[in-house]
Amino acid sequence: MELNTLTAHELIEKINNQEITFEGIIDSIKKRIKEVDSKVRAYVRRDDYINLSEYQSSAIKGVLKGIPISIKDNICTKGYNTECCSKILEGFKPPYDATVIRKLKEAGALILPIKTNMDEFAFGSSTENSCFGPTHNPWDLERVAGGSSGGSAACVAVDEAIVSLGSDTGGSIRQPAGFCGVVGLKPTYGRVSRFGLIAFASSLDVIGPITKDVRDCAMVMNVISGYDEKDSTSVNLPVPDYTKALINDVKGIKMGVPKEYFIEGMDEEVRDIVEEAILLLEKLGAVCKEISLPHTEYAIPVYYIIATAEASSNLARFDGVQYGYRKEARNKKQEAGIIDMYKNTRGEGFGEEAKRRILLGTFALAHGYYEAYYLRALKVRTLIKKDFEEVFKEFDCIITPTSPTPAFKIGERIDDPLKMYLSDIYTISANLAGIPAISVPCGFTKDNLPVGLQIMAKHFCEEMLFRVAYTYEQNTSWHKMKPKLL
Amino acid sequence: MGISKDTVKYIANLARIKLKPKEEEKISKQLVEIINFIDKLKEVDISNCEPTSHILPISNVFREDKSSESLPVEEVLKNAPQRKSNFFVVPKVIE
Repeated sequence: MELNTLTAHELIEKINNQEITFEGIIDSIKKRIKEVDSKVRAYVRRDDYINLSEYQSSAIKGVLKGIPISIKDNICTKGYNTECCSKILEGFKPPYDATVIRKLKEAGALILPIKTNMDEFAFGSSTENSCFGPTHNPWDLERVAGGSSGGSAACVAVDEAIVSLGSDTGGSIRQPAGFCGVVGLKPTYGRVSRFGLIAFASSLDVIGPITKDVRDCAMVMNVISGYDEKDSTSVNLPVPDYTKALINDVKGIKMGVPKEYFIEGMDEEVRDIVEEAILLLEKLGAVCKEISLPHTEYAIPVYYIIATAEASSNLARFDGVQYGYRKEARNKKQEAGIIDMYKNTRGEGFGEEAKRRILLGTFALAHGYYEAYYLRALKVRTLIKKDFEEVFKEFDCIITPTSPTPAFKIGERIDDPLKMYLSDIYTISANLAGIPAISVPCGFTKDNLPVGLQIMAKHFCEEMLFRVAYTYEQNTSWHKMKPKLL
Repeated sequence: MGISKDTVKYIANLARIKLKPKEEEKISKQLVEIINFIDKLKEVDISNCEPTSHILPISNVFREDKSSESLPVEEVLKNAPQRKSNFFVVPKVIE
């Protein structure tokens, strides 16, 4: 049995029983990357991985001892290139570790020096906006792996990593997890420190785990969660032991199924598969009822104003001065040299989607438009948040599909930004409301494409997510299936 | 609402992004489509609504005014496209 095909908890048991060495795990990962990554392209800058040899030293201790973990290219890892898959950050080697990286190292995990592929600056739902080209879905190489954490989801699905870390601003962990048949968790905003996460939208971004099963997800959450004084938006609440929430029992749990999420335009197979999953949960004792989240249809326009406005501000720092790409102007008569440098650097360094979003955000904040767009969006955000608060007065969690369709073909939506944005319709509201949400595999279409089930809960109630997700998983075998193409 | 070419030029200047003419054309069209879609927010009754800019009820998060370790200057300048001793070098700033 190849070690890379196991879960973290299975590997740790073998390490504790001294059946295997951590070198053995790393070797099997390296072998798998060599074997499949030229087709899947989950990793970027693959030549960097020879650095793995520096881990062959003494005792590794901690709850994740010896577990190799791959990291999305927007999370700072000291000394290892972190470029957000953008030309404008080429060559950037962070001088510090993100807090989550520091915590993982302290827990004994081995941070892989090669980063996973993503849409540039997390702008996207398919990983096609990466300056390195798209990641291919391991279940069908002609399809997208989802985005923006496509690389992280794909490498876990195809055993090129044991666990991975992604980020989620509008669904970027959950949607690719759904498309690739793995588990992806978006924690409550403020649960996990954002220090060291290169910011896209500061009021929406979170870091979270992508794993092969729910237990691994809980284990990683135990390590990365917690208050951080370096992140002024992190919340000072104790971190429970999430593995204790892995209970195979949902009797009496009240689950709301929002009618606005089962609409025309959603794939019929996805509808059928998700309805089956809900039936199973009912059979296991859950009480499932239809609910309403009346402002759902406004979530996408609200998101695309707020997220792009925040992005336009966060990306102002990429100007060629301190790091990354710089393009100087020559012989300009009219403007001072530095303004031209900013304009040329940003014009050439950013990809198309990045420019589109920055311009949209700048527009929404500009004098004369601010009230009609940005301020209005912030108010509608309050209404969306209130929709969830109303539902959670009576219900323990909310169940929905993760995406309206399974993975689409590479190139299918790239020329239609609006169509691309609509693929986030089920995931976006959780970011606007700040609530936690998890995607677990719940079946396959007749083309053998994975379908994800999303569970949402109240702020800081990740334990509810783990309990429901674990129960569902333990009563099905979707998580044991692997792509056969490679 | 329409977005004129002039508005796009104005926004691109604010955002300090130089667009090639073809890009300007393409992005203008796409922005018009997106903003038309976003205009559906006008339907919503926001009369008694407070804006939510931050999802959690925390505010005034300060730290002790005590100096502590910060990044060494050498580390900070390591990624600089151009540097001279302890400075980032840039083209002229003042005309």
